[in-house]
Amino acid sequence: MNLDYHALAPELVVAATILVVLTLDVVLPRSRKYWTAFAAVLGLAIAALPLLTLAFDDGPQSRSMMGGGYVVDEFALVLKAVFIVGGYLVLLMSVSFIESDRYYQGEYYLLMITSILGSLVMASSRDLITLFVGLELVTGPLFLLAGWRKGDSRSNEAALKFFILGVLSTAILLYGMSFLYGLTGSVTFEGIRQAAPALADSGAFRLAVLFTIVGFGFKVTAVPFHFWAPDTYQGAPTPVTAYLSVGSKTAGFVGLMLLCYQALPAVTEIWGPTLWILAALSMTLGNLTALRQDNVVRLLAYSSIAQGGFILVPFAAAAVSNDPEVIQEAASAIIVYVIIYAFMNLGAFGVVIAGARRTGSVEIDDWAGMWRYSPRVAVLGAVFFFSLAGIPPLAGWYAKFVMFLSILRPDNVWTTALAVIAAVNAVIALVYYARIGKTMWMDPVPEGIEPKADSRPLVGSLALALGITALFVGAAGVFPYEFAGVFADLAKTVTGGI
Amino acid sequence: MAWFESVGLSLTVFLPAAGALALFALPKAQENAQKLLALVVTGLTAVLAVGVAANFDYGRSERFQFEVTESWIPAIGARYHIGVDGISLPLLVLSAVVTLLAVIYSWDHWEEPRNVRGFLALMLLLATGMNGTFVALDLVLFFIFFELVLLPMYFMIGIWGDSSKRRIPVLGRTVTMRLYAAIKFFIFTLFGSAFMLLGFLALYFRSGDFLPANTFDIPALIALGAENAFGSGTFAFLVFGAMFLGFAVKVPMWPFHTWLPDAHTAAPTVGSVLLAAILLKLGSYAFLRISIPILPEMAREWAPFIGLLAVIGIIYGSLACLAQTDVKRLIAFSSVGHMGFVMLGIATMTDVGFNASLIGMVAHGLITGLLFFLAGSMHHRYHTREIARLGGNQKLMPWMGGILAFTAMASLGLPGLAGFWGEFMSLLGAYRPLAGLSSSQFQTYMVIGAIGTVLTAGYMLWMLQRVNLGEPKAEWADRSFHDVETTEWLAWAPLIVAIVVIGVYPQVILGSTTDAVVNLARTAFGG
Repeated sequence: MNLDYHALAPELVVAATILVVLTLDVVLPRSRKYWTAFAAVLGLAIAALPLLTLAFDDGPQSRSMMGGGYVVDEFALVLKAVFIVGGYLVLLMSVSFIESDRYYQGEYYLLMITSILGSLVMASSRDLITLFVGLELVTGPLFLLAGWRKGDSRSNEAALKFFILGVLSTAILLYGMSFLYGLTGSVTFEGIRQAAPALADSGAFRLAVLFTIVGFGFKVTAVPFHFWAPDTYQGAPTPVTAYLSVGSKTAGFVGLMLLCYQALPAVTEIWGPTLWILAALSMTLGNLTALRQDNVVRLLAYSSIAQGGFILVPFAAAAVSNDPEVIQEAASAIIVYVIIYAFMNLGAFGVVIAGARRTGSVEIDDWAGMWRYSPRVAVLGAVFFFSLAGIPPLAGWYAKFVMFLSILRPDNVWTTALAVIAAVNAVIALVYYARIGKTMWMDPVPEGIEPKADSRPLVGSLALALGITALFVGAAGVFPYEFAGVFADLAKTVTGGI
Repeated sequence: MAWFESVGLSLTVFLPAAGALALFALPKAQENAQKLLALVVTGLTAVLAVGVAANFDYGRSERFQFEVTESWIPAIGARYHIGVDGISLPLLVLSAVVTLLAVIYSWDHWEEPRNVRGFLALMLLLATGMNGTFVALDLVLFFIFFELVLLPMYFMIGIWGDSSKRRIPVLGRTVTMRLYAAIKFFIFTLFGSAFMLLGFLALYFRSGDFLPANTFDIPALIALGAENAFGSGTFAFLVFGAMFLGFAVKVPMWPFHTWLPDAHTAAPTVGSVLLAAILLKLGSYAFLRISIPILPEMAREWAPFIGLLAVIGIIYGSLACLAQTDVKRLIAFSSVGHMGFVMLGIATMTDVGFNASLIGMVAHGLITGLLFFLAGSMHHRYHTREIARLGGNQKLMPWMGGILAFTAMASLGLPGLAGFWGEFMSLLGAYRPLAGLSSSQFQTYMVIGAIGTVLTAGYMLWMLQRVNLGEPKAEWADRSFHDVETTEWLAWAPLIVAIVVIGVYPQVILGSTTDAVVNLARTAFGG
């Protein structure tokens, strides 16, 4: 087999890092375990380098191998960069969090980078098998990570729920994929694309498409396949939740994009309406439920369900039009949203970690008046939560803006209706995001809550992660093209098959 | 002065934001340095704005001047395009000057919890949003600046606002006013602007039918509007309606006004001043800048409806004022009425009406700004705003009482002071609305508006009588009060002078606006 090692370098570096972390974990005495964290962080940073060399390489734009089943093109590179940067930020947030735990450290980093490796594979996958292997590599370690706090019953519940529904969704996905293969006779997206138009009227084929969509629906926590998310998010260690809501979710969206744009562009009439419904339900139910949450992690869980709904919106736009420009713009909107969402949501979770360090609680009311004793955390909280709400000049506005832009371009009554639903939801979302801002800034410090005097909320690596995300959210709000748009423009090659 | 032509306007917009960042470079304890920095920044901004006005070519005020256009977000064709014409110039100057006065007033008026740096930073950020909205010539840029004011104002009201509790019948529970008002302001405005954004995007897509590429550029869209490119069908109707929601909430027009009394009353003094003086104008200005020139046919169709809401606002605002027991709330409701006159002027769709609305906006900014300053200072001294508890203010504080009387006179539209022109001209405009609009309908509006002026005089004089005249109540009789203090004089004197100057010589505003609005009416409606 002819492998392009340059193209595979990021995956190879991450795989090597896995081995190094594993070895270090075995070799090092307990007091030196922190080296595993260092190795993991360093490994991911090194893995980012070949992405740059590949991006600036004059060679072929798209490096294809394994019979076209594994491709490194602009889409893959951009999404890999998102996964690596996102994973890097999660690792930074994990360091202080895991240190304060009494659990064993090495395997945490091992599992985390294994999951990241899976997402890198997914971005390049161009056939069903690679896609599936990548997806399982993403999800498998997360089952274990969700149950990281073995003594905590919530953490156990989180892992169990996640596992059972994860396996269920995998089964559904695999079932759908097997039908796709059986009907089209091909596992590559290319082959499926060519066979699809002839099968468009077949009931079995429709069912196959629906099953695969539903399978990914679980991964992106689209309503009504979201049940596992709130409990899992709440029970899992916060950095793992951050990764679940960003890394693993983005992986789900990558799968959906590949499936919709590469494999099934000819049958938009099947997946378009499905995703329209999922988008409308996710936005509306996610937001309405988030309104009633008192726990900030649970609130973020529902908020991320709603944000997932916003990300699904452009799919519906692509589905009603055959105009390549519309489809590319929809793809670009999804990628912009994913990039900006990754930074702002990770930032929001960073604030949760910092806030929990300071107050020892993730109940929103316990954070009242935080600006009086932790002004920096309060400022960051306002930045990320209002960015999630889409208030200019924070980056979130551009994500929502391109989402609206893509959905309104096809002059169609259904897409316009979805735009109106999204607009109303954008306003509803403000209510709960603003509530956190209100609590931190406008409520008096509750009596009885003694801020932990000795705990500094912003320590080394967490402060670094929050600094990076905050800078991005500020800069991308003012210069959205330079920080997000340009990457999305590159990555819309994913629609190349159309 | 070539450099000034090219960067003067951008500096006016971004200098305050830079100042807000710079504030955080100063240690928290050095309050005087922070105040000084804010003073210098807003002072420079005001000088720049005045500089723009001084270098403005009034001979061609219908053209955009000090234009800058740079690439900004190529992916969606949004550009950094700014410029001023005769319509936006007075508002820009108003905004820059009032912000400076607000900083001066703040010098020794701080609300609890004391946080000088945070408060000043929000004020400066607000200034960037306000100045930016008046100069933005790209719909995306406009949207960003229009929304930029939300966060600072939300925090200003929510942190430093009025902590009293009140029972809200609709909610069925008791709320802290500042929290309630802050989120209400935020949600109302965001609700409007979400639809406004949809309208902008619809225009963007439709523009591609007439131009080589889709555009957010306001002058380009105005040029299309002049040819009536967007027509008068369902599309134009929906787009106008979507933008109407966004702008009407901001103005605010009846029945979208309910956030205003709460926000104005609960906000800290400076917040109320900026809200009343500038933020409300963002909405009415947007009608003149965007809705009317881009969708003239729809503007004509919507005009009777806008006029109707405007006169309802006038009457409703005045009647509500008569029922108020709180000075600040009374002033807040008076804004509903005054903005009603502004919108009535716009609804006539004539140059006279547009002129009326612009001079009305400036006058309202000066007068109501000053009224809120006065209300704040009186609250500072009496620790109450209950009209029933006040009385004899004139005897207790002769200067304060005098200025209050003067401003109330200006507010009720006394000829010779600024408030007169807006009301008078807008009624005059309503007498002869744009051809094609029903004269009798607008003349009815005119009569109702005229009744509104009488009511306005009524509640203002009644308020004055109860607050200013008579003998001081027993609880104040043997107390001594500081009359107007230095910083108050410094903040108020320019407003007083401007009210008189505009009242006596309205040409200072009309000289800038007339050619521009004549051109606006002509390009939009022909003839």
